[in-house]
Amino acid sequence: MTHYLLDDLRTIGSRVDGGVPDGDPATAWDRRRASYRLVSPLNRRNFTVIVVGAGLAGAGCAAALGELGFNVECFIYHDSPRRAHSIAAQGGINSPRAKRVDNDSILRFVKDTVEGGDFRSREADCFRLGEESIRVIDHMNAIGAPFAREYGGQLATRSFGGVQVSRTYYTRGQTGQQLELAATQALHRQIAKGTVRLHSRHEMLDLIVKDGVASGIVVRDMVTGQIRPFTAHAAVLATGGYGNVYYKATLARNSNATAAFRAHRRGAYFASPCFIQFHPTTLPINSPWQSKRMLMSESLRNDARVWVPTKKGDDRPPNDIPEDERDYFLERRYPAFGNLVPRDVASRANALEIHDGRGVGPLHNGVYLDLRDAIARVGVGVINERYGNLLDMYHESTDEDPRRVPMRIGPGAHFSMGGLWTDFDSMSNVPGLFVGGEASWAYHGANRLGANSLLSACVDGWFTLPVTVPNYLESLLGTEPLSLDDPAVTATVDEVRAGVAHLLDIGGTKPVNEFHSQLGDLLYGQCGVNRSAEELADAIDRIQKLRKVFNDDLLVTGSGAELNQELEKAGRVSDFIDLAELMCIDALDRNESCGGHFRVEHQTPDGEALRDDANFCFVSVWERPTEPGPYTRHVEPLTFTAVPLEQRNYKTK
Amino acid sequence: MNITLEIWRQPTTHAPGTFETHQITDAKPEMTVLELLDHLNDTLVAQGRAPIAFESDCREGICGTCGITVNGRPHGPAPNTATCQQHMRSFSDGHTVRLEPFRSAAYPVIRDLIVDRSALDRIIEAGGFVSVDAGTAPDADAMQIPHEVAEKALDYAKCIGCGACVAACPNGSGNLFTGAKLAHLSLLPHGQQERERRARSMGAQAEAEFGPCSLFGECSHVCPAGIPLTAIAAFNNEQRRARAKRS
Repeated sequence: MTHYLLDDLRTIGSRVDGGVPDGDPATAWDRRRASYRLVSPLNRRNFTVIVVGAGLAGAGCAAALGELGFNVECFIYHDSPRRAHSIAAQGGINSPRAKRVDNDSILRFVKDTVEGGDFRSREADCFRLGEESIRVIDHMNAIGAPFAREYGGQLATRSFGGVQVSRTYYTRGQTGQQLELAATQALHRQIAKGTVRLHSRHEMLDLIVKDGVASGIVVRDMVTGQIRPFTAHAAVLATGGYGNVYYKATLARNSNATAAFRAHRRGAYFASPCFIQFHPTTLPINSPWQSKRMLMSESLRNDARVWVPTKKGDDRPPNDIPEDERDYFLERRYPAFGNLVPRDVASRANALEIHDGRGVGPLHNGVYLDLRDAIARVGVGVINERYGNLLDMYHESTDEDPRRVPMRIGPGAHFSMGGLWTDFDSMSNVPGLFVGGEASWAYHGANRLGANSLLSACVDGWFTLPVTVPNYLESLLGTEPLSLDDPAVTATVDEVRAGVAHLLDIGGTKPVNEFHSQLGDLLYGQCGVNRSAEELADAIDRIQKLRKVFNDDLLVTGSGAELNQELEKAGRVSDFIDLAELMCIDALDRNESCGGHFRVEHQTPDGEALRDDANFCFVSVWERPTEPGPYTRHVEPLTFTAVPLEQRNYKTK
Repeated sequence: MNITLEIWRQPTTHAPGTFETHQITDAKPEMTVLELLDHLNDTLVAQGRAPIAFESDCREGICGTCGITVNGRPHGPAPNTATCQQHMRSFSDGHTVRLEPFRSAAYPVIRDLIVDRSALDRIIEAGGFVSVDAGTAPDADAMQIPHEVAEKALDYAKCIGCGACVAACPNGSGNLFTGAKLAHLSLLPHGQQERERRARSMGAQAEAEFGPCSLFGECSHVCPAGIPLTAIAAFNNEQRRARAKRS
């Protein structure tokens, strides 16, 4: 049944090469970097690079290229670079600086990251992440991030999920904010110097590809509606993740997949789209008008204990439930890691308790996250210093003080491990198109460890792209960016204009939010924490029907020549619908469980994800057909030498 | 809850604006002000009418994108709380709630409740950074920073850049915003070499963009990040230091 269905949806392609140098993955980055070509300081000003996005990856990349002397054109849809969603990351940034005597090392970091991702990422990528993380902390500290300090003045660290050492650097519960502000300040420094030109309130709507090479982008000025092209020697997409395909996610309201997905429509491969992280500690949805799932940092699990009442449907206030009627199920099921198991494991455990009728809150859709014991142990002052802003945020949102009453949390769509496929140089299969941060697929496999996303964005932005992009540019010395009169440019601009006009001309009756909301419900139900072949096949069918209704009955008010937020949303939701279909095809095709991708058909006797390494030890690399027809699924095989393939175990080690 | 909403509508920067009245009969005390606007917009769009343009993003009070004037007060009635965290429980059944853009000559209206706050970015561009290039920083552990100093720096660094301080100020002063950045960077060891130059250039830019400060203190009542009024003192102190160093 599954196979018959899949055959209509995808054909099997070929192997793609990630370009990782042969030999020891621990030294691959150093060896690759040594082979890169260079652009001399005097020639750098002759190159123009487009950077889309100014989150940690985009701002870092744009600033670093500017510091080196390249011309950078930076595009953001926000009013200011500081708004990028990196700002909302809370808990911290990992680095195996190994200053403590808790026996941390780069190899241990790689082991944690590869195992955390359930062996579906590149080992060599993870070594780069660990190695470059050392100077990421130095750099972010120097440009203004006030990292938490011990009383002796040394950098403070804490622990995150899936890790038994303390390697997470932080600034209270607002690490992302401080890193993002430091990075955008560095970006403003380059803007003042004139090396970076910032285009705020501009949304990328297409990639210009000439003879198979990325040559520019088409953007829409979101205030005036003007659509126009920009060309350059190379383009970097650092446009974030696509978790908002689930409609109500932890992401900012405007986060979207459009830039990445339009590049995919132009030929860039999309890797592992079904790898989505459900964050175990988000505010449950209690009413239809609640606009999002607010995130409560994983760092809270350093001190707060997760529990449910042992009795089903126990509606007593939590503080009235005696100790022997509480089930601290993470501590019970995973004694070695306790409350700090990785997110996929915690989310699944939470979902199981809720599914079995022990959920708490008015809709019985949450579990408790309880600081009582920690406050008794260290006092409320210390807890406020560690998490003050998070606790205030929860208090404001729910009108309940988490210092007195346990928080209610549940799994919500959060981070996309999947993304545009890139090689070891962070370049997509389209020459000249680079991808950084969450928009790319790299590093995290089938499940990202907490505090590794700020790290991967910083490493890409500050220390990977600034050396890989010039390596590509060197061969273009003496060339000009594509002329704006080139037929490839004008044709792309015409297609963008036609696409915008199409959305406005449908003239139907259903607002775009209705489609987005339906799509989100569908995905949470059928491509969520638990997935099955039957549900996925049905989901694909339903998404195709939804797309048809969207194209027939969408209602967009206003015109294209003005600030029009409905039009912006319509374009993004049209991409989300196609992306959702691809996610479900990928989830159906990946007939195994791994990390956050849990196919109920494939589990161990005690309910853990059961991989099929014989058949699925690869990255799924999807090529979109240019004409209507099936996708092509290529593979990049994964090999593991430093971290041997094994079943993950958070119970005993 | 029954709520009467009076909302500022203005199609473009240079077009005249006007208040538009909407009756909401099914508001809930648990809704945020922005969720109420979402709800109203869903109704308007379903009727084929133009929704109210307003900005928001993270809805967690950290990105600083949202920011409207609610009943004459930037962000709304709850002190030190971003608009996205302002709940309808602050109002009673039958209340009239007036929503306007942030009021400041430095923030031109773009559409309806959306304003242009790029003046804040120009303050940062004038010098709100540390001039260290990627890869050139020394070991962060080699430089010890006392716990209290790092915490104090963060108390100023946590500004979310919403710009409510300027909108709340009778003078339209940007000294809380500028002072917070000056205080943050002056506390940390890196960038001490450019401290006076930074104070001078950011001070001059603040003077060009915003009004003067006469210590009304309204800014610190509305600031969602709780930036203390001592940021104003830091602004003045940094200016004084810079002048003394020059002479």
